[in-house]
Amino acid sequence: MTAADYPTRWKRPPQLIKSRFWSYALAIGAIVYLVLAVGTVEVNWQRVMIGMERGQRFVAGFLQPDFTTRWRDISQGLIESLTMTLTSTVVGVLISIPIGIGAARNLAPAWVYAICRGIIAVSRALQEIIVAIFFVALFGFGAFAGFLTLTFATIGFIGKLLAEDIEDIDESQAEAIRATGASWLQLVNYAVQPQVMPRLIGLSLYRLDINFRESAVIGIVGAGGIGGTLNTALNRYEYDSAGAILIIIIAIVMLSEYSSSHLRRWVQ
Amino acid sequence: MSMTDIPAAEAPVWHHRSFAGRLALYAGWLGLVALFVWCWNLMTERTMWVFVHDAPKAAADLVSRAWPPRWSYMDRLWGPLWDTINIATLGTLLGIVIAVPLAILAATNTTPSRLFLRPLALFCIVASRSINSLIWALLLVSILGPGILAGILAIGFRSVGFIGKLLYEAIEETDAQQIEAITATGATKAQILSYGIVPQVLPTFYGISVFRWDINIRESAILGLVGAGGIGAQLNASLNVLAWPQVTLIMLVILATVVVSEWVSARVRHAII
Repeated sequence: MTAADYPTRWKRPPQLIKSRFWSYALAIGAIVYLVLAVGTVEVNWQRVMIGMERGQRFVAGFLQPDFTTRWRDISQGLIESLTMTLTSTVVGVLISIPIGIGAARNLAPAWVYAICRGIIAVSRALQEIIVAIFFVALFGFGAFAGFLTLTFATIGFIGKLLAEDIEDIDESQAEAIRATGASWLQLVNYAVQPQVMPRLIGLSLYRLDINFRESAVIGIVGAGGIGGTLNTALNRYEYDSAGAILIIIIAIVMLSEYSSSHLRRWVQ
Repeated sequence: MSMTDIPAAEAPVWHHRSFAGRLALYAGWLGLVALFVWCWNLMTERTMWVFVHDAPKAAADLVSRAWPPRWSYMDRLWGPLWDTINIATLGTLLGIVIAVPLAILAATNTTPSRLFLRPLALFCIVASRSINSLIWALLLVSILGPGILAGILAIGFRSVGFIGKLLYEAIEETDAQQIEAITATGATKAQILSYGIVPQVLPTFYGISVFRWDINIRESAILGLVGAGGIGAQLNASLNVLAWPQVTLIMLVILATVVVSEWVSARVRHAII
């Protein structure tokens, strides 16, 4: 046996795309796209230089936040955000329960299934901000429009996940209840509800968390909450107040994320 | 045996929960209802109910003015649409470039220092995640001025947290035996990373990136509302002059883009994983 028969060098095999032609073609395509895309980015360097000074002021404001000067506005926005979050989650979950049951293939007749899935699809496809624009146009500025927006978004989220959960239940338990001669309502109450309840509570807590984050954003288009206050602070170039608001948002988001993950672990 | 053998009053009744359990449950629900009512009153303190009662009429009015969409406006939407896609793609790339080193620093099995660098990397990831891309855009527009650059940076900074978190969790879940085998050959730290960890997390990494790209397409469509370029800027301009037929068309375009990007991302993820 000669040395030439036995390979002494090892070449790493390709990891994703096996064909050499396609890997080159994709690489060239990516480079062409990048050149085209980066070419569309126009940067006004003079403006950036002016902005850098503002950026420094913003970083300074973030490090030395000013909670006191605008505290009335901040607390008002915060109260709106928090109350909006809770009420919209409660109402959204209450509405999404019948819709989730209707969108479960094993519980609902075909026409109810189609309608409920349609509602869920519409709610999920529309961005919160876009929905908020419409609700502000219809119901006027303020927290009520924000409440409706978050409720609408909650329906799609909880409805979809609840429906999938109901479709995944243990059928033998449902059959046992059915064998006792239970009505449809009793079936839902005794066979489905005990199986999906822990997860429903977990999802609701998770959505509470998401709704708070979103409530910080939809204020930008006038739907109330802390986002509006932040927008105003930035428009007035009050970076120290804006820094304070951002710190409050980050703190509440971190707090709610930790507590909701703990609560979920405890419930499930 | 007939039913009359046991007097009705003494017949044991089956209950789902014990008495104390039921009491606690009712108290919990009552507390939630009370909290809800209290929050509702606080929230609607400043609501103008006149507008709310007016809403059905306003809605009918809005629909009549917004339909049909103004199709001829489409000519002026192709440019902003291309910008929107670029913001999402370049922003995702930027996010990946920042998130990969952060994820390596944040994962317990690859971090060089648990005491100092890991908490720092975790803080960056959490901070990026808690600020919505629209708020990032708001800040960056006020610093950099309106334009695509602010949008790309906003999308990038928001993606760092998402990609970083999922990637460091994937790195922590890698199979330790494979890494040990590479270490046993006398590999350097960089070689361990390249031959032990990268092949294990690569499919997850591509999946996360494409998923984030899909989310970024949705988000970049609205960044223009605060001046960060893309189709949202057109939306903002149309809203400001109350050109509702144009708004309808832009909504339809955004909806179509979102559906297409979701389809693409689902196909790619399906092919990889």
